[in-house]
Amino acid sequence: MFNILHAESIAPGVKRFVIEAPRIARKQRPGQFIILRIYEQGERIPITIAGSDPKAGTISIVVQSVGKTTNLLNSLNSGDHILDVVGPLGKPSEIAQFGTVVVVGGGVGTAMAYPTAMALKRAGNKVISIIGARTKELVIFERELRAVSDVLMITTDDGSYADKGLVTDKLRQLIQNGVPIDLVLAIGPVVMMKAVANLTRGERIRTVVSLNPIMIDGTGMCGGCRVLVDGKSQFACVDGPEFDGHLVNFEVLTQRNSMYRKAEQRSLAEFQHHEEACVISSGGGR
Amino acid sequence: MTATTKGSANPLVPRERIKLPRQAMPEQLAQIRATNFTEVNLGYSPELARQEALRCLECAKPTCMQHCPVGVKVREFVQFIVAGDFLGAAAKIREDNVLPAITGRVCPQEDHCEGHCLLSKKVPALGIGYLERFVTDYEQKMGVRSLPKVPPTGKRVAIVGSGPSGLTVAGDLVQKGHKVRVFEALHELGGVLVYGIPEFRLPKQIIREQLDYMRAMGVEFETDVVVGRTVTIDELMEEEGYDAVFIGTGAGLPQFMNIPGEHLNGVYSANEFLTRINLMKAYQFPKYDEPMIDLHGKDAAVIGGGNTALDAIRSALRLGARKAYVIYRRSEAEMPARAEEAKHARQEGIDFQLLTNPVEFLSDGKGWLSGVRCVRMQLGEPDASGRRRPVPIEGSEFDLPLSVAVIAVGTSANPMIQSTTPGLVTDKGGYIQADPEKQRTSRKGVFAGGDIVTGSATVILAMGAGRRAATSIHDYLTTGEW
Repeated sequence: MFNILHAESIAPGVKRFVIEAPRIARKQRPGQFIILRIYEQGERIPITIAGSDPKAGTISIVVQSVGKTTNLLNSLNSGDHILDVVGPLGKPSEIAQFGTVVVVGGGVGTAMAYPTAMALKRAGNKVISIIGARTKELVIFERELRAVSDVLMITTDDGSYADKGLVTDKLRQLIQNGVPIDLVLAIGPVVMMKAVANLTRGERIRTVVSLNPIMIDGTGMCGGCRVLVDGKSQFACVDGPEFDGHLVNFEVLTQRNSMYRKAEQRSLAEFQHHEEACVISSGGGR
Repeated sequence: MTATTKGSANPLVPRERIKLPRQAMPEQLAQIRATNFTEVNLGYSPELARQEALRCLECAKPTCMQHCPVGVKVREFVQFIVAGDFLGAAAKIREDNVLPAITGRVCPQEDHCEGHCLLSKKVPALGIGYLERFVTDYEQKMGVRSLPKVPPTGKRVAIVGSGPSGLTVAGDLVQKGHKVRVFEALHELGGVLVYGIPEFRLPKQIIREQLDYMRAMGVEFETDVVVGRTVTIDELMEEEGYDAVFIGTGAGLPQFMNIPGEHLNGVYSANEFLTRINLMKAYQFPKYDEPMIDLHGKDAAVIGGGNTALDAIRSALRLGARKAYVIYRRSEAEMPARAEEAKHARQEGIDFQLLTNPVEFLSDGKGWLSGVRCVRMQLGEPDASGRRRPVPIEGSEFDLPLSVAVIAVGTSANPMIQSTTPGLVTDKGGYIQADPEKQRTSRKGVFAGGDIVTGSATVILAMGAGRRAATSIHDYLTTGEW
């Protein structure tokens, strides 16, 4: 049983949690993730760790409501608990003095990129961060990322905040302006990571992406999270989650992530229907 | 507490005993059980058990016991059954086996005790597994089980993994007065017994009862700890103060075949397929959140011929698969599965495509599996394993339409502990090296056993390693000698 010590909404449908998990807090390194199961009948889902406080024995995660489990998780508050939290899993990000590093965060990927950006900055790199979001309200971790970046750029799809466009527009600009880039780290939706990798491939800029395929145990036992990297099967949970973006087969990743789409939609619909029924029967309005 | 044998109460002379037929195990009808997850075998009645026990020849030098990896005193416990003392029989088994309700169900007795039963030279072997199962189930039903009272030694042992080897070490050591804590990576205890072996072969309730008994004996459990990630072996010993560690983390990473199409949706490793069903209860979706492919009316195949392969395909059948195939590259004689499982699978209508090997998984063009291309094989010269090597027959390719394929061709070593424990020596395959007698690794105070040492084997072999490890851990803790 893992206690939620703090929960706050940081954007529409996005919540940040601080969870009491002393063993994990002690060992967590940037780039690693946890797997959680909220309740007895729940599924196990992986979530990248957005930070930890070893002294307080806590970790923080940022969760976007997508399916049933994330919607259920985001309905929890401080004082509630999560049945199982296991980690830290996966290999930590490689932290070294590369030179100039561009950190690209899309959506909640921004929160996941934050610990690595901070570590890269501490390791003496020049950090240029690019945050991408659909719209103004969904821009998260701006203050945090600004504090660890030499340069921070923001794009929104609809232009409601900062510059209208995509993260790849900014990255392309940097390349065209002749900014020497030694490493690109991209964390976010698969389409974004694929676009970033396609852009940097021709420029021969080393690009690391963080993959989040369907997972069960997270220890290498089930092989469900296998991804095709350089034509070979790799397990995201033990060989990753970070891989060379130029070698990842994003089509296979997208296809495998769609495997349970129908079941996921059904789960979510039933959950939302049930939630509405609860609100009505308890007489609660808005 | 040690049960004492009352000597033979068997009124029959050996000639008469040989004439008694082996008592068949009552089981669910094949047509019925193929649609449910309830246990196939129903268990002996007291009458059947007594009748079967009368067949024991009570050999002066019982070869059955010599071939039991944990050394169960078969002759003695069978004598208790003949005498009608079922609880005495159970207590006798427990002297050597901490998980008898489990081994009575999943142990390949034909390779061990029953395979070396003197009766089997002329007639079917004594039903030792069935008898073991009967007395431990009887004991559970009666609710009387003695808890050993031992003075604490003050020594603490960390056990990594709650599968058969870890539980055996825990049970043996707690009975010697050591403080024992078992760490498990998953959210449920039991390892392969829980995520791997299906309900119809080993009901989860049986495992829960065994775990409850171990808790009552004083064994502590902690789930959600991945040793090697959450905490390292060195941290357990240096910071958490454990005097010894036993590593029993099991088989590790599933192997794939490296043939085209393995990434198609609908292709699973056996570990994933079985974990979704057994651990995550995906077959009860949407009551449980973990989803899986709907098998109703679809064709499924498993690749491989071991117990895991049969567990997977018999599960697929129970989940509504229309056709269910076993694709195995050798012949039936080489199949590593328990004889009883293969028999049950056939009765349930599983189609065995023997001497057949997949060469490619076929796509429907949209990322989903549509079939498997296979080639027929013939047996050639014996290979390193002593089994005749299967060789493809040229021009024999054929396609089998499928929606689900489960790959059950073995596992390789999970490197998580090895890579975070300096000085822990592994073999070429990455398995932890431990001496076969005492299960000691290259690191002082660190022992290992089960599949992480030997590669994929059986529950009873892992338990045998656990038994040896417990004995040598106890020696180490009491003498300090390494």
